[in-house]
Amino acid sequence: MPRPRIYKTEAIVLRQQSLGEADRIVTLLSPSVGKVRAVARGVRRPKSKLGGHLELLNRVHASIAVGRSLDHVTEAETLDSRLALKDDLESLSAALYMAEAADAFSVEDTPSHETYRLLAMSLAHLEASAAHAPLLRHFELRLLTISGFGPELYRCVYCREDLQPARHTFCHDDSGVVCSRCRHESGGALTVLSVRAMKALRYLDRQPLAHALTLELADRTWAEVGRVLGAQLRHVAERDIRSADFMRRLASASGAAT
Amino acid sequence: MINRRPMSGALVRLIEEFNKLPGIGPKTAQRLAYHVIRTPSEDASGLAQAILSVKESIALCRDCFNISEAELCSVCADPGRDRTRLCIVEEPLDVQALEKTNSFDGLYHVLHGVISPMNGVGPDDLKIGPLLERVGANEVQEVILATNPNVEGEATSMYIHGLLQPLGLTVTRPARGLPAGSDLEYADEVTLTRAIQGRQEF
Repeated sequence: MPRPRIYKTEAIVLRQQSLGEADRIVTLLSPSVGKVRAVARGVRRPKSKLGGHLELLNRVHASIAVGRSLDHVTEAETLDSRLALKDDLESLSAALYMAEAADAFSVEDTPSHETYRLLAMSLAHLEASAAHAPLLRHFELRLLTISGFGPELYRCVYCREDLQPARHTFCHDDSGVVCSRCRHESGGALTVLSVRAMKALRYLDRQPLAHALTLELADRTWAEVGRVLGAQLRHVAERDIRSADFMRRLASASGAAT
Repeated sequence: MINRRPMSGALVRLIEEFNKLPGIGPKTAQRLAYHVIRTPSEDASGLAQAILSVKESIALCRDCFNISEAELCSVCADPGRDRTRLCIVEEPLDVQALEKTNSFDGLYHVLHGVISPMNGVGPDDLKIGPLLERVGANEVQEVILATNPNVEGEATSMYIHGLLQPLGLTVTRPARGLPAGSDLEYADEVTLTRAIQGRQEF
């Protein structure tokens, strides 16, 4: 159904890009419309009524006018600015990573209720939780699943036999785990997967976010799970999630697991 | 995409060059190119000379990385400036904006960008290393983090603050709040929160 000339939607600001002297192109994630790229006129001027509302990661209620090439934001009101999250650099870097990943996995003119709900809920928990690793890994795995790229974690992607508790391999091309017997048949990008990391992935896959946040693992195991899921995100998106570098840099400086 | 067929090669090249400028789209590039065609030769020559001479004579200041025609910019070379205070800004244009106010008599340090993780711009892409050398080696007592009050500007300031903390300097941020002449009812909650937090006695 075509959108009305001016439509109203709730949205999260995923990205900003300067345009001309004082404008910006904002990328919004709306549950009902999906990804929207729209021009926000004059928002870089100090007296702009829209500027503060359209800051990165804000959850807003926006009125958007359909344009010829890009839509235009005509009104915006902040529903949640996530101020506590933005005042902490590590939390902010994790939030930017999630926003960039959500941007990479969303398409325009396609409702994104689940991706929106996942991002909104993850940002809310990020603001309240000190443990970033379980939150980020749960987000990555859910984002892949919602987008139709959920990895196979219970049966070998080749022989379809139930996976036994042993060291296996994650095949990124086939989006799932390959048992040790079939390993020689798989090609492309592979990551070795320990039993602990496999159990953690299954737990994150089955549990809702509130339970996933209680998962406690050694930093080494979190790093292994992060490597597998990060590589799979890159593989599916066919591009780097560039915010990951800054997030890892901050985490390694503070000694935290991400 | 520029339609090349009905145009001469020189005109197409000029349009393409204008099109590379920030904020100039293909239509504006065409308008500018046709304007150049209509202007007298001496004006067009003046424009070309001005572009060439700015590229030849302008460099970055050795200390603050502001644009300068000499090794040191006019601010760094001025002995009357307060060398104990250093204001960190994102771009050379921010120095001009602050200088117009005549309210700051310290020195500047231009980062030439802002940490933008989504665009792949990290701390190593900015002039943060030279900043640390500068504050470590000179008589700087106060660093003012005057990056833009948006998410990326805040992230940059928080990152630099973390690096400066061990040096025991006073690190400040310009006050944030309501712009002069604006309406309170249109302000977003972050601006209002910062304005209330930073209120001063009347």
